[in-house]
Amino acid sequence: MSSIWPQLEPLLPRVQKPARYIGCEDGAVVPEHAPHITSWLLVYPDAYEIGLPNQGLQILYEILNDSPMAAAERSYAPWTDLEALLRPRGLPLFSVESHRPAGEFDIIAFNLSAELVYTNVLNCIDLAGVPVRSAHRSPEHPLVGAGGHCAFNPEPLADFVDFFVIGDGEEVVSEITAVVAAWKRGGRADRDAVLRDLATVDGVYVPSMYEVHYDGPDLVGVTPRYPDVLTRVEKRTIADLAAWPYPRRQLVPLTEVVHDRLNVEVFRGCTRGCRFCQAGMITRPVRERPADQVRTMITDGLRRTGYDEVALTSLSTADFSGIEEVVADTVAPSDDPTACGNVSVSLPSLRVDAFTVGIAAQIQRARRTGLTFAPEAGTWRMRQVVNKLITEEDLYSAVDAAFSQGWRRMKLYFLTGLPTETDEDTLGIAELARNCAAIGREHTKGASITASVGGFVPKPFTPFQWFGQNTVEELGRKFGLLRDAVRRERGVQLKWHDPKATLAEGIASRGDRRIGAVIESVWRRGGVFQEWSEFFDLSLWRDAMEEHGLSIDWYVYRHRLDTEVLPWDHISAGLHKDFLWQDWRDALDHLGLEDCRWTPCYDCGACTGYGIEHIVASAVPPAGGSQGTGQNLAVGGEVPVQLTRKLAGARS
Amino acid sequence: MRIRIRFSKLGKIRFTSHRDVARIWERALRKASLPVAYTEGFSPRPKLSFGLALSTGHESLGEYLDVDLRGDRGVDVEELPTRLDPALPLGIDVQAAVPIAPGTPSLQQAVVSCTWRIEVTGQSPAEIGDAVRRAIAADRLVVTRARKGNEVTDDLRPLILSLALTGATNNAVTEDGTELVAELGTQPRGLRPSELLLALGGGLEEARVCRIHQWLLLDGARQEPIPWDGELCGATSAPYAITRTS
Repeated sequence: MSSIWPQLEPLLPRVQKPARYIGCEDGAVVPEHAPHITSWLLVYPDAYEIGLPNQGLQILYEILNDSPMAAAERSYAPWTDLEALLRPRGLPLFSVESHRPAGEFDIIAFNLSAELVYTNVLNCIDLAGVPVRSAHRSPEHPLVGAGGHCAFNPEPLADFVDFFVIGDGEEVVSEITAVVAAWKRGGRADRDAVLRDLATVDGVYVPSMYEVHYDGPDLVGVTPRYPDVLTRVEKRTIADLAAWPYPRRQLVPLTEVVHDRLNVEVFRGCTRGCRFCQAGMITRPVRERPADQVRTMITDGLRRTGYDEVALTSLSTADFSGIEEVVADTVAPSDDPTACGNVSVSLPSLRVDAFTVGIAAQIQRARRTGLTFAPEAGTWRMRQVVNKLITEEDLYSAVDAAFSQGWRRMKLYFLTGLPTETDEDTLGIAELARNCAAIGREHTKGASITASVGGFVPKPFTPFQWFGQNTVEELGRKFGLLRDAVRRERGVQLKWHDPKATLAEGIASRGDRRIGAVIESVWRRGGVFQEWSEFFDLSLWRDAMEEHGLSIDWYVYRHRLDTEVLPWDHISAGLHKDFLWQDWRDALDHLGLEDCRWTPCYDCGACTGYGIEHIVASAVPPAGGSQGTGQNLAVGGEVPVQLTRKLAGARS
Repeated sequence: MRIRIRFSKLGKIRFTSHRDVARIWERALRKASLPVAYTEGFSPRPKLSFGLALSTGHESLGEYLDVDLRGDRGVDVEELPTRLDPALPLGIDVQAAVPIAPGTPSLQQAVVSCTWRIEVTGQSPAEIGDAVRRAIAADRLVVTRARKGNEVTDDLRPLILSLALTGATNNAVTEDGTELVAELGTQPRGLRPSELLLALGGGLEEARVCRIHQWLLLDGARQEPIPWDGELCGATSAPYAITRTS
């Protein structure tokens, strides 16, 4: 099998961060390739340092390489400096393990974590030497697949990706391997035949097996071309996270990446029901990993990797049953005389309450520099609309607890451009930040609050999927209001995301199949790495929409009606559309909804549809948990009080 | 207890940076369960001290690291290479480890020069040979370079301690160019191989570069921080005595 390393090696001294391209990570596998083995190239279509830590990709990498039928290598979008050296030399996209050309793999599979990487997907396909449009590919070309959260609306990439995986990939990758292996044994004759076989695999969506019908600008439906192709593709859901203790050999990069630490997924799914949050909606039901398995994965992982930090990942880690015990065990000083230093724990998703601060105090004994909370909206009314049911008292008591325990800087995440938002709601962000800073000053002179504000982009399979996004100008106006409101505030900083990028994200997020041409045009005019501010260019997107006669108003800014066919209606995330619609109506009435883990079912469809129930070790809600728990958040229940006492004792 | 470790950096891993190598070592020492001492204070860091930074892309047969160990429990220094190697990535190999006395000057202070093997492209071996002879004969080699926005003029000649084409001039061509061996001073600042080539003139470009020795002065005599006579060593070794890992 070939390797382009001899051609690549002399180019690497000429590029930034050449370690992006050498592989050699601890945990990497250089697999054997053979005709009877189905080879996968797993591609994260962004820079190495962003893509390497992706847990989904690493899980599939291990599962595939553990199988005698499959071999998997990885690739990441080459940075523009390397691409500029590869293209004139006719060198292709390559794997980082054996530097094998991407075109020699049977399957090139993309992880879609964000919409703005779509142009990079096209660029990687092209750099692999594969025609970017599925229709132009021949049997000798690799099959192009994609999965990840953005695959729940596959239509914008439907012309470029041969098959999509909807939902959890752990089981379905092996089923895809089997279909492709059979096709290879049969001589790889007919590309349509293998795609049609793939379309019969549960959770696999093959866009070319479906026809799209329009009535003028309106979408009428996406229907199967053949009777054996399902009219609706249901997402895959693994029932038991404990059966998949992956990654077992997490990749340890040689060079700096984001989230450079051991990551252990403690549960999947979330039922907090935040209405803006696509991840929380499409990953239901909640499936917890047993606490003992979490402990084992932490212990083994730290020993194997040499990391001194572990992140317990999930959409709301403080909700994990037994979180206190797991954290306490992990940060406890080791009895092992040869242990080096202390292990620190990070919780990437903090809930806003005193209990969470108690846990944070326990894990950040040393570096109490910054803490992040996400109230999401500035007023209680607005937080009821988005169903992030944090009262001002919750927030202030959490902030007070944090400052009193030694933190000096706090970051608050907010969204603006939310449904029914008034200027009063927007300015509520400044009000909250101002009050938090004042609380901080009671404890420390240098108290600092950073309000980080992002423009809201409605996502498929959320109650807000019908909402017309705020315009770039409107978001700009709101940022202006906030900027003026905090200008003279002591200890309050304001940060915001570029509203222009939210427009491009909005085009891709709820686009239909016609948006594919727009993505292709943006890419053909050089629009790659659109996630990166130095490359993002809204004019490319505006021009491409105009070129193809598509209206930004229609795609992005328009409110949808319940009668409208949505581009992802032929995909199922397990959620009943009428549940989402009712939740949207409740949002407009600013009615909050409690967490269904510990309250009666709202029949969203996720559990009943798959015959799975929330797998939660604890029958009672976690102490101090917010919505649905009915507990006093300011006090935080019995457990955190003990924690606080213990800590106070340890400090004095 | 303080120990000094000598290691190589060869092959693909040469594309990692100095900072990357520091992080690799921190993890490796934890994986090997060495009782490394940590700094006090708000954010404890392991007490490691590296020698002169090696540029990203350059290989080395002689890199050094000083490690402070906790307490007085002894560590078998002899067995450290075999204990550490499984914790290190391919391309970084521990060659030797020795205990060092308290008060030993740091590597940054003590090292006075490095010997480099530099593969050079851009001109024929004969032309490069002429450039080398001119450089050796010159009293001054003045180079102007941009540094933090200012033009700085330096005489590099005092930092060129020795310079030679290895082997017979016409045989010194490797697949990566003509091979030079140079000993370059590090005080008050280290002369880089690329600056040497700039001083030689004629648009020479560096290809593969390997630091083969670092030198300090002990009672006036030139010596390596840890002498090592492994089979890969030696300034005059023939090209490709080293097994490349890539």
